[in-house]
Amino acid sequence: MISQEVVQKVLAAAVARGGEFAEIFAEDKKSSSAAFDDGKVEELSSGVSRGAGIRVVVGDTTGFAHTADLSETGLLRAAEAARSVAMSAGSGTKTVALEQRSEHLLSKDILLPSQVGKKEKIELLQQMNHVARSTSGAIKQVSAGYGDSHRRILVANTDGVFATDEQVRTRIAVSVVAFGDTGMQTGYETAAFTMGFEMFEDVDIEELASLAANRAVRKLSARPAPSGTLPVVLQGGSGGILFHEACGHGLEADHIIKDSSVYKGKVGELVASPLITLVDDGTVHRQWGTAKIDDEGKPSQRNVLIKDGVLTDYMWDELRARKSNRASSGNGRRQSYQHLPMVRMTNTYLLEGSEKPETIIENTKHGVYVARLGGGQVNTATGDFVFGMTEAYLIEDGEITEPLRDANLIGNGPEVLKNIDAVADDFSITPGTCGKDGQSVPVGCGQATVRITEVTIGGTANG
Amino acid sequence: MDDLEIIAEKIVSQAMPGEEVEAFVAWDEETSIRIYNGAIENLSKSQSSGVGIRIVNNHRQGFAWAGTLDPSAIEFAITEARDNASFATEDEYLGLGTPDDVAPKDLDLWRDDLSSHSTDEKVSLALDLESTVKNSDKRIKSVESANYGDVSSMATVFTNTGMKASYRQTFSFISAHAIAVENDETQTGGGYSVGRTISELNLDKAASDATKRATRLLGASKPPSARMTVLFDPQVTTTLLAIISGTLSGEAVIKGRSLFAGRLNEQVASPMVSLVDDPTNPFAFGASVFDAEGYASRSNSLIAEGILQGFLYDTYSARRAGVRTTASAVRGGFSSTPGVGARALYLTPGTKSQPELIESIENGVLVQNISGVHSGVNPISGDFSVGAEGLLIKSGKLGSPVKEFTIASSLQRMLQEVVAVGNDVEWIPSVAAGVSLVVEGISLSGI
Repeated sequence: MISQEVVQKVLAAAVARGGEFAEIFAEDKKSSSAAFDDGKVEELSSGVSRGAGIRVVVGDTTGFAHTADLSETGLLRAAEAARSVAMSAGSGTKTVALEQRSEHLLSKDILLPSQVGKKEKIELLQQMNHVARSTSGAIKQVSAGYGDSHRRILVANTDGVFATDEQVRTRIAVSVVAFGDTGMQTGYETAAFTMGFEMFEDVDIEELASLAANRAVRKLSARPAPSGTLPVVLQGGSGGILFHEACGHGLEADHIIKDSSVYKGKVGELVASPLITLVDDGTVHRQWGTAKIDDEGKPSQRNVLIKDGVLTDYMWDELRARKSNRASSGNGRRQSYQHLPMVRMTNTYLLEGSEKPETIIENTKHGVYVARLGGGQVNTATGDFVFGMTEAYLIEDGEITEPLRDANLIGNGPEVLKNIDAVADDFSITPGTCGKDGQSVPVGCGQATVRITEVTIGGTANG
Repeated sequence: MDDLEIIAEKIVSQAMPGEEVEAFVAWDEETSIRIYNGAIENLSKSQSSGVGIRIVNNHRQGFAWAGTLDPSAIEFAITEARDNASFATEDEYLGLGTPDDVAPKDLDLWRDDLSSHSTDEKVSLALDLESTVKNSDKRIKSVESANYGDVSSMATVFTNTGMKASYRQTFSFISAHAIAVENDETQTGGGYSVGRTISELNLDKAASDATKRATRLLGASKPPSARMTVLFDPQVTTTLLAIISGTLSGEAVIKGRSLFAGRLNEQVASPMVSLVDDPTNPFAFGASVFDAEGYASRSNSLIAEGILQGFLYDTYSARRAGVRTTASAVRGGFSSTPGVGARALYLTPGTKSQPELIESIENGVLVQNISGVHSGVNPISGDFSVGAEGLLIKSGKLGSPVKEFTIASSLQRMLQEVVAVGNDVEWIPSVAAGVSLVVEGISLSGI
C-alpha cells in the first residue's frame, strides 16, 4: 500500500516538532453485500474505501488526522495536521528505524469474496428464505443478508513496528416475522467468521433459517415475561454477552485509568464466583473477533482476565499500556482508518465447567431459561448493565415450560458475577458487533450454560 | 458545493440507454476534541468524501459506493452498480424519482462563521466546560470526558430522471460526562448543548445538566417492583419517538413489519398525542432542504389527537402503496441506499412544565436515562423493556433516586396511556425532539 521509505519519511515528519510516538495506519477495504427481502433479491452493494489515519502522541495528548490520499504528499499533509497538537518546537529531524517487521499473508485455504460469483451469494439467501417460509404458514416475512469484507492493513510506528495483515470476514443473517392471534413476533439468526466463502462448507444455513423461523413461531404463543427477581439459566453461546457487558467493558484499561470502572484497583481480588475463568482471546481460530494482529500492529494474544474468580489483569492498547509502563495486550482496535484505536475486546469467553446443562435446569425449581440473548449495554462506572432475551422460557419444577415474550434483564456486574453457581460443559461462541464511543468492531462472545441465582427480569407479568 | 455537482453530473452522464442513474456525492469536514484532566486527550481534524451510485435498469436496482472522489474509484462504483443491478429481482415499482411540484424551502442550516473559529478557541471551550463541571459540586470527582465537536457537511443528489438537489448544514456541539462520588458510591450523568455554530452553544446548561444528572442519583437504590406512572425526561422521549417512527415507515407497512399496518384513521394513541415529522423546521437537527432522493422536504402529520393520519414514504414505497412520496428518504451516508425514515419528529406540546407535571403525579417515577434499547425493544412485536434510572415521585414531589430497574410495557399500550405532554420541547441531535411525557400503567421491575 505504502512503501517503507515513504512510511519512514511520514513518521519522521509527524514527530519533527516533538512528540514521543507517531503511527500510520493504512487500510484498503473492499466490501460487498446482498439483501434479500420480501421475496426478492432487493439489493447488491459493493464498496471500496482506502486511506490512512496518522496519530501523534505528545504527553497526554493525541493528535489525529486521516486522509483518503495515500500519496506521499497526502500522507505528509495528514502528518502535519496530526502533529499540530505538538506545541513544543522540536529539533527538526528525527530518523525512524522500522525494525519490527511482521507481514501476515492470507492462508491458502481462504476462498476470497472476489473469487465467488454474485449468483452464488444470492443463492444462499434464496435458500434461507425458502427454508424459513416452509417452516410454518405463520411466517409472513423473511429477510436475509449476506456480507463480506477483504481488508488489508499496514501499521507502522516510531517504536519500529512495521506490520501488515490481510483480513477476510464473511457473515450471513436471517430475520423472520411470524403472524398470529397475538400479533407479530420475530426470530433472528446469524453466522459470522473471520473466513472467506469456504465458511459455507461448515455453516448450515438451512438450520439457521429454521432456528429463526421456529423462534418467531414459538413466541406467538409466548406469555409476558415475569417482572421481578428470579434465578436465570443462560444457554451456552449467545449468553456470553452477559460477560461482555457485566465485566468485559469494565476491564478495558481506558475505563480503569479514568476511574470509570467498578473493577479499578481490584487486581488480585475475588471479583466473581470461583467457577468463573474469563478469557479475551484474539487468536481463536476463525472466530468473528479474531485477527493475527490488532489495529496497532501488535500480535493478537490470549489474555486471562479472571481466573477462578480472581481478577488477574485488564485489557490494554498501546496508549494506555505506555502510560502504565507495560506492554499492550493486543486489544487496540478501530473501526476504520478514520478512527483512533482504543481498548476493545476480541473474543471474550468463559471457560466451561463440568456440569451437564440438563442437570442445571433440573435443579432449578422456578426460574427463567434464556435460549438466546440479543444484546446488551453497560455503565462501566456503576457496573449496572442490561441484556435482552430474544428466546426464553419459564422453568417450572426443573422443567422448561412456556415461552416468554422478549424483555431485558438488568443487574450489577460485580453482583451477578458472584451469583453464578453453576457452569456447564457445552461451550460455544457467537458473533456480535460491539459499539463503543461511536465505533463498531466485530467481536465474539462465548460461554457454556450457566445459572445466576438471581437477576431482575424486566417483564410485565406479576410473579 | 460546485465540485460535488460537477462530479455528480459526470456520473449521471454515463448512463447507458434504458438506465436510470443516481449519483449521491457527499463531503464533510469534522473537528473533534476531547479534554481530560485539564489537557487535550484527543484532537482530530479531518475531511472525508465519497459517492454512492444507484443504477436501475429494467426495474432492477444495483448499488455501489466509494469512500473517495478519486476518478478510478468512481469508475469502479459505476461498473459495479451496473453489474449488481443485473442480479436483482425485477420489481415494477423500482425506479428513481422524478421531480414533483413541491418547492424547496429556504432553510438557514449553514453557518459560514463556523469555519472561522480557531482550533484553540474550540479547545478552550471544552476546557472551560470541564472545569465548570468539576467546580460545580464537591461530589463531582472527575469528568470522564469533556468534548467539543463540529461537522460541516454537503451533499448533492443528481439523477438522469430530473432530480437535482444540493444541500448543506453545519453542527457544533459540546458534551460532558460527569462522575459523582459520595460514600464510596459512584454515579454518572451527561449534559450537552448543540447548535449550528459555536455562539449557539450553552456551556452553563451542558455543565449543570451533567452535574445535576450525576449527583441527583447518589444514594440510588433498587426500587420494589410495581405498576406505576412514568414521567420521561425530554431526552428519553426522543428515544421513544425514534423507535415509534420506525413503525410508521411506509416501507415497514408494505413489507408487513409495521404494527400500525391497516390502522389508518383509527385511534392508535391517546388524544394527547399529535405527532408530526417536519424536516422544514430549522430548529430540528434533522432538518434539510431536500430528502436523500432530492425531493423538497415537507411537513407530514402522522398522528393527530391519537388518530393515525399516515405513514412516511420514499419513492419506492410510495409507488408500491399508490401514494405520493412524503420526501422521507434518508441515508446513513454515501455507502448506503436510501430508505424511509423520520428526520424531525415532534409531539405537539402541552401546557405544563416538568415541575408542574411532577406535581400532578401521586405515585410514579421520573426516568432520566434508559439503556438496552436495541436489546429490549422489539419494534415489530411492540414489546418494550429497558433498563432505567431516575427519581421516585411521591405525592407530587421528587423523592429518592432509584437505579438498576427496568420499565416495561408495549409500544401500542404506551401510546394509548399517554396522559400528558409537557411544554418543554427541546431540539436534540436526533430524528426527534425531546419533551417531558407522562405515561401510565408501566411495569417497573426491581427487587
